[in-house]
Amino acid sequence: MAFVSDNDQKNLANRHRKSRLFALLCAVVTWSSVFLLGVLLVRVTMDGLGWLDWQFISSFPSRLPERAGIKSALVGTLWMIIMIAIIALPVGVSAALYLEEFSKRGRLSRLIEVNIANLAGVPSIVYGILGLAIFVRFFALERSLISGALTMSLLILPVIIIASREAIRTVPMSIRYAALSLGATRWQTTWAHVLPSAFPGIMTGVILALSRAIGETAPLIMIGAVSFIAFLPTGPMDAFTALPIQIYDWVRRPQAEFQELAAAGILVLLAVLLLMNATAIYIRNKTEKRLK
Amino acid sequence: MASVNTAEATAEKKKTSEAVIELQEVSVLYSGKPAVKKVSCTIWRNRITSIIGPSGCGKSTLLRSLNRMNDFVDGVTIEGQILFANQNLYGNDVDPVEVRRRIGMVFQKPNPFPKTIYNNISWGPSINGYTGSMGELVERSLQQAALWEEVKDRLHESALNLSGGQQQRLCIARALAMEPQVLLMDEPCSALDPISTAHIEDLLFELQSRYTIVIVTHNMQQAARVSDYTAFMEMGNLVEFGETDQIFTRPEKKRTEEYVTGRFG
Repeated sequence: MAFVSDNDQKNLANRHRKSRLFALLCAVVTWSSVFLLGVLLVRVTMDGLGWLDWQFISSFPSRLPERAGIKSALVGTLWMIIMIAIIALPVGVSAALYLEEFSKRGRLSRLIEVNIANLAGVPSIVYGILGLAIFVRFFALERSLISGALTMSLLILPVIIIASREAIRTVPMSIRYAALSLGATRWQTTWAHVLPSAFPGIMTGVILALSRAIGETAPLIMIGAVSFIAFLPTGPMDAFTALPIQIYDWVRRPQAEFQELAAAGILVLLAVLLLMNATAIYIRNKTEKRLK
Repeated sequence: MASVNTAEATAEKKKTSEAVIELQEVSVLYSGKPAVKKVSCTIWRNRITSIIGPSGCGKSTLLRSLNRMNDFVDGVTIEGQILFANQNLYGNDVDPVEVRRRIGMVFQKPNPFPKTIYNNISWGPSINGYTGSMGELVERSLQQAALWEEVKDRLHESALNLSGGQQQRLCIARALAMEPQVLLMDEPCSALDPISTAHIEDLLFELQSRYTIVIVTHNMQQAARVSDYTAFMEMGNLVEFGETDQIFTRPEKKRTEEYVTGRFG
């Protein structure tokens, strides 16, 4: 280039080289984690795919591997998802709205904020112990779906609150001012404008939190979800099992067949997770389009 | 227009108008620091009052205190009295929601709701219990804001598809739908191009017969063109308040003269 001196040219080449090097580094890091995940998926699929058929989905657990299935665990997990959503969504979003829209900024609200951030990092087994002490024993809810759902709700509430607050914070102040200047109350402003604008973000956070909840095992073991259940729960007070519990139970057994059953169970769990994340993306795209 | 006629016209106007808002030694403080200092003046019915002054002189702060929008800023305190219909807006028995319903506001940047054009207008009246025909109200408001012809065929499209100038007129229509007694405008043209600005200024002339308007503006020519009364503020003080004609041609204070002739600011 005629207008660039040799010195500049050298300098420029050097900077471009650094830039390419950094891009390469990022690519290596990204693809190596994708690769590890891929290896894991392939192994699980190779082990489990042979066992994954309608018989497996529609049978109760059995001590004979060829007759064992995942029906009660799958149904238990679906029950859990719905109950956790019913409990955690309104509580979490309300808490986020209160903190963002209504509470006075002060020492108390900062204390609450710090605590919520801390709770999001507490190990899940601790929530299990809490659930055992409070829901199973103190409220005498026994080893039931409702105990499990309440415990899991506690576990994911901090995540839902933090994600919802982020989503609420992205709603521009000018929208709130517009509504308030028309003689709207705080609540009318929140309900008609802030919440709909924040909805896609809130839903994404909620579904990701739910995905975490259905993969959790430790709290369920703690509150005593049983792995051998040969009936379907008919209500929230029934005993139950869930996919991770069933998988954990099979993995512990010495027979190779049960190891492979566990792999098949993992495939089912992954399918449920994938479905939920796809739903999250679908809801987000649909509601975002409506706003534009 | 000959200046004699203008003087007569303003004298005539003054006689037939009455006070809508009366500011008595109003101070606005942010965490104890005064942004507006002991301002006293009167806003007259069916007149356009403009507030001018250099950046940071407190003109927007003063405007927002007139419909209690400052309530949403942390650490704001108000001293003095703002009388509206003989009632102090900051009295204990006054509900700020009712204040904002009667004293509307248009903001610096157009801020339509991410909803349809129709719903942008209808939401305010509907939450305040409007029972008449909503379709008529929407049409009337859009006509008053000189936007009807441009949007009548796409009322149910998103307001975000409108141009900046159209969005701002939509925001004016939205405020007018509440039939406010006073309309506050905080630099409504600062984000708009010259043609859109001209649209809005024309609009102000037409609205004047029905509404009382207070407009904050950066632009001295705009204040001279559109307003009947002008307040000049500097560093939180109201330096001079009077008929626009007088402020721009025969200011009493040296500082006002320097500002309106463009020697600083």
